[in-house]
Amino acid sequence: MAIITYREALNQALREEMRRDPRVFLMGEEVGLYQGAYKVSQGLLEEFGPKRVIDTPISEAGFTGVGIGAAMVGLRPIVEMMTFNFALVAIDQIVNQAAKILYMSGGQYNVPMVIRGPGGPAHQLAAQHSQSMESYFYHVPGLKIVRPGTPKDAKGLLKSAIRDDDPVIFIESELLYGTKGEVPDGDYTIPLGVGDIKREGRDVTIVAYSTMLLLALQAAEELEKEGISVEVVDPRTLRPLDTELILESVKKTNRAVVMESGAGFGGIGTVIGEIISEQAFDYLDAPVERVTGANAPTPYAKNLERAKIPSKERLIAAVKKVLAV
Amino acid sequence: MAISVVMPRLSDTMEEGKILRWLKQEGDRVDGGEIIAEIQTDKADIEMEAFGSGTLRKILVRAGQSAPVGHLIGVIAEEDEDISTVLAPVAGVAGQTAKPAGPGAPTPASPTLQAVTAGRVKASPLAKRLAQAQGIDLSTVKGSGPGGRVIRRDLVAMIPSAAAVGQRAPLITARVAAMTPPTPSTAFEDRELSPMRRAIAKRVAQSMATVPHFYLTVEVAMDKATELREAMQIQTPDLKVTFTDIIIRAVVIGLARHPAMNASFMDDRIRVYSQVNIGIAVALEEGLINPVLRNCGAKSLVQIAREAKSLVERARALKLRPEEYAGATFTVSNLGMYEIEEFTAIINPPEAAILAIGRIQSKPVVVNGDVQIGQRMRMTLSCDHRAVDGATGATFLQEVKWLLEHPVHLILQPE
Repeated sequence: MAIITYREALNQALREEMRRDPRVFLMGEEVGLYQGAYKVSQGLLEEFGPKRVIDTPISEAGFTGVGIGAAMVGLRPIVEMMTFNFALVAIDQIVNQAAKILYMSGGQYNVPMVIRGPGGPAHQLAAQHSQSMESYFYHVPGLKIVRPGTPKDAKGLLKSAIRDDDPVIFIESELLYGTKGEVPDGDYTIPLGVGDIKREGRDVTIVAYSTMLLLALQAAEELEKEGISVEVVDPRTLRPLDTELILESVKKTNRAVVMESGAGFGGIGTVIGEIISEQAFDYLDAPVERVTGANAPTPYAKNLERAKIPSKERLIAAVKKVLAV
Repeated sequence: MAISVVMPRLSDTMEEGKILRWLKQEGDRVDGGEIIAEIQTDKADIEMEAFGSGTLRKILVRAGQSAPVGHLIGVIAEEDEDISTVLAPVAGVAGQTAKPAGPGAPTPASPTLQAVTAGRVKASPLAKRLAQAQGIDLSTVKGSGPGGRVIRRDLVAMIPSAAAVGQRAPLITARVAAMTPPTPSTAFEDRELSPMRRAIAKRVAQSMATVPHFYLTVEVAMDKATELREAMQIQTPDLKVTFTDIIIRAVVIGLARHPAMNASFMDDRIRVYSQVNIGIAVALEEGLINPVLRNCGAKSLVQIAREAKSLVERARALKLRPEEYAGATFTVSNLGMYEIEEFTAIINPPEAAILAIGRIQSKPVVVNGDVQIGQRMRMTLSCDHRAVDGATGATFLQEVKWLLEHPVHLILQPE
């Protein structure tokens, strides 16, 4: 096991999959000569050349469409969004084309494509660049959504996403690129749709992913000192969702707090909370609590941004609320 | 803006409190921070401050009555302010007053139970499922969750198996039925439970139901310890070092040498404490309390004696602060002064053990083939078998015995 950054883990996944399968190629803004806006594609142009690492103009709708076409005729494109917020420009391509072609062609064409890039709030990226974009795509049948929180998960899940025969929305995070963690040596994959217990506990289940996972683990550590044993469940893939794992955990702890960085109304937490309430109702000792971003655009000002994004303190308060302590 | 005055949570274990007296009456002016009432919790009498200024418009729970934590007990507002919305949630129960059960009165319901039974019972889905499986009428259970909701922990005291969902205790209904007293043919008096009595009842039942106890008894030659105590009484006549102090000192050293005994069983692990906090069981008129002597490892026998004296005196006067009776890692209970030869004590969870001390008595003992008169004391260690095994407890007890029989080690520097 080597300890590497989340960024390096993604880079390894891209490199290994491009070596393994000549149909895999990468395109997007600044992925080649500049080595990627966040240096995820470092060294790839040098190794694979400009035919497989393609710098595009600022034209998300255009190059996403090119990717879909390439996928339909047998290639395996990886399209990078410099930030996932830019995918809004390509939303017709993603929602109306990529997600629906398999269905509308009666199974004649599938779209084995990965659209990846960083999303969610980071440090002072302001309203347009801080959105938790998974909520926008979560609603769409035909898409798979992945939000890895650790280097190990990032590598294993990106490799699975590249090998998957359907369009995969793969959202990373500016805040996670520099985080380090153990990554197994050699080729490994983590299947889409399989969650992970990041910490075992018995009093309450926190469901959290991506950057919120890190907050959840910190909160669990602090609560442990107060004698509260927290189980942290990381779904990793939001669609398909590992509902079984979440339900098993809640049936054990009888209490759940669901966390997400985006605004809560109509968010991922609503869906997960609803699944728990519906399928584990008789096991609940308290209503499911949600900790989400505030119902407002993300402000640029540091103090206001802090108020918008969920904090460890709010998570701890929510845990205590479901425990009635 | 009207301020709801609710029953505060004044200690970790407090679930309800009794109003001893109101220092302000309806219509009196109240300033924020002013003491407005005295509250009796399960452990002590504590003064309650007002959280804001205004007029004490309404007192909902009179002196002598109890209310669960979080329950509305009064309203502070401006003189002409409409407080009906604040009062609305308790409108149905506000009129009820406590009626102390008279002699022979067969209804055991306490005022708080009546408040709960009025109207729909709020319970979590899990609590409902458990109650149904165990044949428990939820309307008889007092909820400790938000807004009085019955949650799992409220059932735990009644059904040990509620602690582990799914493990049913099929005999429980029969047992409950067997425990129900028959139609009264003898005159009796139902006495209301004091908060302390209620807390003790709940904790000991929970401990016996969930903690597998085992007991180890040993006899100790206390001749030298008696000499030590007499010598110390001459040295420090004001202090009056007690046998309990000497035994605590021996226990502290014993725990330092056998840290596995200074621990808690935590379901998925064992927590071993690096600090020794000794709880001292103190009998009170209407119950008992365990004041805690903290960080004993660093204290000499004289320090232990001095602090224990202060704690015990304040415990008897019900003047302990909540933090002074919480957080023990091991408890010592001495009934020697009541001429008890030996007894077994119930563990105070999450502690792993408790040491029960009997009286010291003169009796014939064999020393070097001769019959002599010796001072002997029997002590019994109750252990949580989930945390420690027989041999662990036995070696610890042996150590404490040895220390008491060689008490010079008790007055050496703290180790």
